[in-house]
Amino acid sequence: MAGPVLEMRSIVKTFPGVTALSDVTLTVRQGEVHAICGENGAGKSTLMKVLSGVHPHGTYEGDILFEGDLCAFKDIRASEQHGIVIIHQELALVPFLSLAENIFLGNEHSSRGLINWNETLRHASELLRRVGLTDHPETRISDIGVGKQQLVEIAKALSKRVKLLILDEPTAALNDEDSAKLLDLILELKKQGITSIIISHKLNEIRRVADSVTILRDGRSIETLDVAAPETTEDRIISGMVGRDLDNRFPDRTPYEGEPDAAPALEIRNWTVHHPIDQQRKVVDDVSVNVRRGEIVGIAGLMGAGRTELAMSVFGRTYGRHAGGTVLKDGTEIRTRTVPEAVAHGIAYVTEDRKHYGLNLIDTINRNISLTALAKVAKRGVVDEHEERQVAERFRRSMNIKAPTVFEPVGKLSGGNQQKVVLSKWIFAGPDVLILDEPTRGIDVGAKYEIYTVIDQLAAEGKAVVFISSELPELLGMCDRIYTMAAGRLTGEVPRAEATQEVLMRQMTKDKEVTR
Amino acid sequence: MSTDVTDKPPAPAPPGKGGGPASGGGLLQLMLNGLRRNMRQYGMLIALGLIVVLFQVWTGGDLLLPRNVSNLVLQNSYILILAIGMMLVIIAGHIDLSVGSLTAFVGAFAAVLTVQHSLPWPVAVVLCLLVGALAGSVQGFLIAYLGIPSFIVTLAGMLLFRGLTEIFLQGQTLGPFPDGLQKLGNGFLPEVGPNTNYHNLTLLLGLLLLAFVVSQEVRDRRRQQEFSLDVLPRNAFLLKLVAIAAAILAVTMLLASYQGAPIILIVLGVLVVGYGYVMRNAVFGRHIYAIGGNLPAAKLSGVKDKKVTFLVFLNMGVLAALAGMVVAARLNAASPKAGLNFELEAIASSFIGGASMSGGVGTVLGAIIGGLVLGVLNNGMNLLSVGTDWQQVIKGLALLAAVGFDVWNKRKSGS
Repeated sequence: MAGPVLEMRSIVKTFPGVTALSDVTLTVRQGEVHAICGENGAGKSTLMKVLSGVHPHGTYEGDILFEGDLCAFKDIRASEQHGIVIIHQELALVPFLSLAENIFLGNEHSSRGLINWNETLRHASELLRRVGLTDHPETRISDIGVGKQQLVEIAKALSKRVKLLILDEPTAALNDEDSAKLLDLILELKKQGITSIIISHKLNEIRRVADSVTILRDGRSIETLDVAAPETTEDRIISGMVGRDLDNRFPDRTPYEGEPDAAPALEIRNWTVHHPIDQQRKVVDDVSVNVRRGEIVGIAGLMGAGRTELAMSVFGRTYGRHAGGTVLKDGTEIRTRTVPEAVAHGIAYVTEDRKHYGLNLIDTINRNISLTALAKVAKRGVVDEHEERQVAERFRRSMNIKAPTVFEPVGKLSGGNQQKVVLSKWIFAGPDVLILDEPTRGIDVGAKYEIYTVIDQLAAEGKAVVFISSELPELLGMCDRIYTMAAGRLTGEVPRAEATQEVLMRQMTKDKEVTR
Repeated sequence: MSTDVTDKPPAPAPPGKGGGPASGGGLLQLMLNGLRRNMRQYGMLIALGLIVVLFQVWTGGDLLLPRNVSNLVLQNSYILILAIGMMLVIIAGHIDLSVGSLTAFVGAFAAVLTVQHSLPWPVAVVLCLLVGALAGSVQGFLIAYLGIPSFIVTLAGMLLFRGLTEIFLQGQTLGPFPDGLQKLGNGFLPEVGPNTNYHNLTLLLGLLLLAFVVSQEVRDRRRQQEFSLDVLPRNAFLLKLVAIAAAILAVTMLLASYQGAPIILIVLGVLVVGYGYVMRNAVFGRHIYAIGGNLPAAKLSGVKDKKVTFLVFLNMGVLAALAGMVVAARLNAASPKAGLNFELEAIASSFIGGASMSGGVGTVLGAIIGGLVLGVLNNGMNLLSVGTDWQQVIKGLALLAAVGFDVWNKRKSGS
């Protein structure tokens, strides 16, 4: 076997308050396809950002050796000069420029500031052929599909004389046919001597293209397996991804023992949602779930499973195009076409992206908390500021929001405290059903425990809680029942007693071929 | 005089003044903290004060002559009215370029109604406000419900209303207006009571305003204490009251020693208090800040963003109509060239007064302060007979300086 082209040794990367990578070692051999897998938040993307210079040298600890040389990339350009090119999950293409212009963006064929169009088009055609595209290089990016766009990204990488190609979940947004094409191309490039790193959690994909696979968990590299070896089964990979013990990180909770005959507080039946732009794609496909009062129901799934899309489309149709399905509250069908309708029916959705969808960061704590239910602190359209302030003070104490006053702009708070403000805001709205989307994402362990306690209390008060999370231990620690989703479909429902990380992970990585 | 008045409010303070235990250092610290927190507002207020003092010196005391203060109010009233509405639009994350043309259009409409058709002026006022509301709601509908960017819609409106004005007036100016309408632009409060050397009604209103403001401050402080919240220490509070009282009295005296308070000043006062209250305390105001601050989050919080946007533009239309009548009344004629560049002055006022391009930030009072900064610059430079060429240059620099200071201040506190 060929020697290593890349060695990353004992990489440590910390962000304020969070250790994203603690001691990761990765060795990639010349000419292989190397897969990296792990749960959401295991550190896969961060590791690749360290490698490609997005996090420049000096902001992490550890050594990177590429082709035997010690590297100190100060930005992406520096890593690209060495032939390391990363293709991010969100494609970096300008929609209104042509394929050729995109391929050579920032790297134009030009002399004295003027673009040499003939050379540009000739070279672009050649690169496009290499990735199997027959489109004219002057076609606009917006006129071709996502699958082809992905190939254009690879053509762009080839134009930079790529030696090591990094693909971050390249097939997450692609349909089966496009995925297959892309994987073939990776194998083709391998024949041409290009080494690839592919981040993926689709195990069948890894089996198909990868030579070896490194498993990350909680910011550590757990092991590197040879994919061809007989002992490398999917189970083996799964146990590597999840293999951690449940310690005492959750409040003690009496499991829900309500009467199963009562109508669920919230029931979603046969819910189907199409992608807002690509309407051929079903993002949520015929999903039925329910939750009872006092119950905490988890929804597990990996990136792109459609969990957030399910929740947001139910909550006032704030995502995608509804294509069928009904919502029932306490057994009667309700309309949740707009957010005010959903809120009026006692549904609350606590977003996973608190900065963009949850909070007005430039406004104060008290005003953020009161926003959804301003009527509660207002008389005839006039807000009683003193009462509003008292409400906010009450939440500041009960939720332990760490801020000098409730007049602090939320933008200045830490992630955990921001999350407490979002939760306060929705608890103040007084819902019967709370849909919590990744409520502990990006916050430290102490704050997590506090939030678990709040969730537990909410259920004890008789609220129905839907708990969407990518962290299996927290679902296992908190939920009475756990649904799993993969690629928009419901792939399982597991009661608390039978749920283990292995069972869930198996259902979460089910792909279409497997289920049918 | 001012010491007289500070004793007047039924403050809970015992008469012994020096009893405050707060040490001088603590007080200073507190004031500095407050200053830092509201850097933008206080910064502009201080800048306004400086500009006033500078021009007062440069003009040899002409700036603050009673007659000139009166003039200052009359000259700037319509820009200030527009600035209030514009501030709401900008807080909501939009822009309105059509207001200058709309003021001209409404002025023309008023002239056609009263001069050509001899309608009674109160009827004309109501109709004009309705036309403004209609114009605003059409633009608001296109922006809020059809999702056309406000810049485009109101740019079109700017051209459209300007053209309609010229069609309406056939290129001519139309006047004069009936007395009642003229008063809106030029009139003063009527005089009552015995002849003192001052305007009695103005004095009375000034004192009433003073009593109201002071009692409001005292009540607020008391309520805050009831809720056991932090309040200013007594000395600082008294200082604040004295400052407010001095400012109100100074303006009152200045106006009362000439012809009294202009009618439009009363209208403006009502608007400032009313809109200030709505933006601070009403659910509607909160929703404007919410959609400007983070639209997706506001939507997911159940704020009816489209309706709020629509109403903000409708409101702008009504205020533009009011401004249009004031301009026409002041010139005593409707002209096709009226209201030229008013939208830019109103926008500049808002930004000088602390609005942010990305929305979500700003106060009604800020818009007024911003408008006054421009107004005093205008007036002062006129007194010094600076040409309009240099006036524009200086106003441009003032806008740059104000916003530049804001950006610099934000970056400093951010890092």
